[in-house]
Amino acid sequence: MRLRDISITAWIGMIGIALALICAVFAPLIAPYGETEVVGGVWQEADAQFFFGLDNLGRDILSRLIYGARTTLFVALAATVISFSLGILLSFIAAVSGGVIDTVFSRFNDLMMSIPTLIFALVVLAVLPQHLVVLILVMAILDSTRVYRLGRAVALDVAVMEFVEAARLRGEGTTWIIFREILPNTLSPLLAEFGLRFAFSILFLSTLSFLGLGIQPPTADWGGMVKENKDGIIFGISAALVPGSAIAALAVCVNLVVDWLLKRTSSLKGGRGDA
Amino acid sequence: MPETSSNLLTVRNLKIEATSYPPGEPPKRITIVDGVSFDLQKGRVLGLIGESGAGKSTIGLSALAYGRGGAEITGGEVILNGTNILALGKGGIRKVRGARVCYVAQSAAAAFNPAHRLGDQVIEASVKHGLMTKEEARKRALYLFRVLGLPNPETFGDRFPHQVSGGQLQRAMTAMALCPNPELIVFDEPTTALDVTTQIDVLAAIKHAIEETDTAALYITHDLAVVAQISDDIMVLRHGRTVEYGSVKQIIEAPTQDYTRALVNVRQTARQEASDQSKPLLKVDNVSAQYSNGFKVLHGVSLHLCKGQTLAIVGESGSGKSTLARVVTGLLPPSEGRITFDGKPLTPALKNRPREDLRRIQLIYQMADTAMNPRQTVRDIIGRPLAFYDGLRGAAKTARVKELLDQIEMGNGFIDRYPAELSGGQKQRVAIARALAARPELILCDEPTSALDPLVAEGILKLLMKLQEEQQLSYVFITHDIAIVRAIADSVAVMHRGRLVRFGPKSQALSPPFDDYTDLLLKSVPEMEIGWLERVLNTRRMESAGN
Amino acid sequence: MSNSTETESLPGQRLRERFPLLALLIERMLLSVLLLFAVSVLIFGGVEALPGDFASTYLGQSATPQAVANIRAELGLDRPLVTRYFEWLGGAVQGDFGTSWASRNSVSEQVGNRLGNSLFLAGFAAVIAVPLAVGLGMLSVHFRDRLPDKIINVISLAAISLPEFFIGYLLILYFAVNFGIATFPATVFEGMGLLERIKAIALPTATLVLVVLAHMMRMTRAAILSVMSSAYMETAELKGLSAWRAIVKHAAPNALAPIINVVALNLAYLVVGVVVVEVVFVYPGMGQYMVDAVTVRDMPVVQACGLIFAAVYIFLNMLADILAIVANPRLRHPR
Repeated sequence: MRLRDISITAWIGMIGIALALICAVFAPLIAPYGETEVVGGVWQEADAQFFFGLDNLGRDILSRLIYGARTTLFVALAATVISFSLGILLSFIAAVSGGVIDTVFSRFNDLMMSIPTLIFALVVLAVLPQHLVVLILVMAILDSTRVYRLGRAVALDVAVMEFVEAARLRGEGTTWIIFREILPNTLSPLLAEFGLRFAFSILFLSTLSFLGLGIQPPTADWGGMVKENKDGIIFGISAALVPGSAIAALAVCVNLVVDWLLKRTSSLKGGRGDA
Repeated sequence: MPETSSNLLTVRNLKIEATSYPPGEPPKRITIVDGVSFDLQKGRVLGLIGESGAGKSTIGLSALAYGRGGAEITGGEVILNGTNILALGKGGIRKVRGARVCYVAQSAAAAFNPAHRLGDQVIEASVKHGLMTKEEARKRALYLFRVLGLPNPETFGDRFPHQVSGGQLQRAMTAMALCPNPELIVFDEPTTALDVTTQIDVLAAIKHAIEETDTAALYITHDLAVVAQISDDIMVLRHGRTVEYGSVKQIIEAPTQDYTRALVNVRQTARQEASDQSKPLLKVDNVSAQYSNGFKVLHGVSLHLCKGQTLAIVGESGSGKSTLARVVTGLLPPSEGRITFDGKPLTPALKNRPREDLRRIQLIYQMADTAMNPRQTVRDIIGRPLAFYDGLRGAAKTARVKELLDQIEMGNGFIDRYPAELSGGQKQRVAIARALAARPELILCDEPTSALDPLVAEGILKLLMKLQEEQQLSYVFITHDIAIVRAIADSVAVMHRGRLVRFGPKSQALSPPFDDYTDLLLKSVPEMEIGWLERVLNTRRMESAGN
Repeated sequence: MSNSTETESLPGQRLRERFPLLALLIERMLLSVLLLFAVSVLIFGGVEALPGDFASTYLGQSATPQAVANIRAELGLDRPLVTRYFEWLGGAVQGDFGTSWASRNSVSEQVGNRLGNSLFLAGFAAVIAVPLAVGLGMLSVHFRDRLPDKIINVISLAAISLPEFFIGYLLILYFAVNFGIATFPATVFEGMGLLERIKAIALPTATLVLVVLAHMMRMTRAAILSVMSSAYMETAELKGLSAWRAIVKHAAPNALAPIINVVALNLAYLVVGVVVVEVVFVYPGMGQYMVDAVTVRDMPVVQACGLIFAAVYIFLNMLADILAIVANPRLRHPR
């Protein structure tokens, strides 16, 4: 695959993601002011000094935005990596083993999927203590059900191919079959799905934070920032729209890259069902 | 050369191109058909024959001014009764399709819409083109169903595609093509996907229908024996160009080109059969097997194979021949009976077998495309059994891989190629090398040549025979092709619906007296003789008249 | 073609053979009921199994052992788990979800009012979104890979990347505050006229529609494209049928099942979207009720809302399954 094969939209997406990554990693070096530093009046207008203006407590929105990138990306990425690993591992084992293991895993997965993610998250978070690790784990476990479903479909697609049976006839063990026969042939759709899950995690995290159940203040987080500044909308103050736009922009970038990846995959498994 | 006056269809210097997009390279223009010309008169049948990739389907579709999958007609003329249909606009060509020229696809099952009844689909084009009213069309469809020998013709039209069999669908598609009284029908490999016993019925039906309605036809196939039964003239194609073009008598009995001669002479060889030995290598004793839902797929099958010999298991789809191979390999443990290998009983289930047993029995698949991991090079594919069974690594492994490549008549340059870069025949050879890498004693070949072109298949069979002689290999060769059986087998087993119908040395098994099924099977295989179909049909008519 | 196979006789084998379609439908419905039961166990039991004692959290600083024990006795938390489950379930089936811990009011009463509001909002959004999505999907297939399709593709990509609350506030800022043509917050109350109600929920509906529209449209497009590339579409072209007839007579009947599936799945998604939209627009529905309850850890309300949302979700999925089965000619006309 050469650089010329990457479409313009995919380039835009990748640049956007890179920008967010840079903000996340180098936040303390880039941000003009501190994360919780009060530098002026409530909802002060944007000007040369404060690029996006100040928020509901007089903190610099731009700086909080940069720090927020760190929180959002870290949590979303952590949750996606965990959910993906869990989902793929379980689904591949189910697809290769078949029989009882497959039935049990899949039925349980169906059960978990029959409750919408947000509702499930609300119920669970109502009971669990407020902690970052808890949040990440809850997001990861709930999302892994979607990954499981896709992973199983993709693995089964490959598992029925004769070269997998040929490996079995040779006497190869399950580990070899999963990692050396099936996995290399499923990379493209899996990569696209990883991107989709990542985009979903970003949106989901910000929704949870917006509802007050995600990242707790005063830590800067894009969803939380919307919540903090939403009361200004009625007065025509658009402060809440800045973090909102950031969330949207990052999600758009990830989706652009995923769309491009999906176009290159022959199998169209793994559409956009992220209910 | 046939007469050029009063032509129904004249094709001159037809050129068809397409753009291919090889991965990692700029797109390039390839020529699928290059300067093909022929004529067709009313009521005559022209057979287009060639191997896959020869361009025959593409030429057939050009008679409808249609290019499938990005193929474009870039040059030449297709003149139908005086009009060059390539010059017609969208509206004009739509009037021709389905009314003056009709198409019968290779897979009727996919070509019919699952949501509508067959009768509606059969008459649709005739009615929509304004050729006849619905009533008239239904009457004509009924007549055609009868001519084509469909069961219960009065109610056949009320059924849905998924409610009838493959052979019936193929005939329904022929009825759909004949319904509007077209001037020309293009038959695109209509019997390729059917069983041999079904094929002969459909072939007879098509021939009868063409004669009754005096339609002209283009008959596309890769099977020369089939085309010899049904066409008046034959055009042999290769790589988009004409190799030879003449009457069917001339092509079959006195071909002038080497390529044509090779196609005609395919599998004329017969093998000297070896005699039975006392202690067989593989013994299958009264084996029955069933699927997990209880469906019994093998009923008490008993046969044996001696060392260094070839046992051909022949049968149609659903006969259980492939299942028997799966039972021998341990993928499906038998529910009754047992299998003995080299004097010792074989553990029924695969997962319980010791590695040594697994090594000694190898399997070669029908579709080499899916039998190899597309992400592994030839080196990995052939090398894995070497590492797995014999622990070979590094230079020793590479050396042995090269040896094996030599045995399968492929050069060292192939060692780092991926399966996608190989042709069908080359892929199958690599699959054979993979089997040989395990140093097996028994190789189960599950229709390894069915998906290959006749000449390529010939090469694979010759290779297998050579290897058998050199290494004293024993083969269980599963096939539905009697010609292959005659060419390579020492003993023959005929299977039908999970039962063993006939078993014995080849000369005995293929000589009368026959049981009913073997009789039917042997009679249904098209011979490379003109007039074979007529003879068979005449015999049938006499038999049914005599009863 | 009769292929007599030997299968074990399962219960209802006769029914299955004579009315395969009906048998399949009944099977789906029973499965959904079973699923709902399992979900109720999960919601009730799962919550109990998780760490985080309500009583201690509720009391916070003043959580002396005695105070905790008092609260627990008061709220009935000291009785065995299984007993409480069946009591809860029994009540739920009859429509009684107990008493809210925060407000000491009947949960069912609140649910009664709010469920109607939420369904009205979601229903109204669905009625607008579904025809629009299917229509746009068909349009983008007709202009496949040309400019209108590309434009629709980019806009829908953006739409599915925007969080609901962002769209909501954007709409509020421009239409309610700046242009003053819509109402915010979206308050509805008893005795409101239909037209007034619709005016009040104009913005939340628009938000919901925008989010769901994009998803549905993309999936519809994919479903139709897959049907268009089938072999029988080539047959239609080779029969010289007009493009219109090919689409209406040959593509549409086969695209029906996958499109229905897409629509039903997105309606289920709508159910979830309602939660966020209600919070943004301060709309008195189930979503707002649940979120408020979660924030103060009012368990009976959380469990009741969770169960109801899950029930609606399961029901919609079941409907999707059933409609897809009915739309499949192979199942409607068996051999």
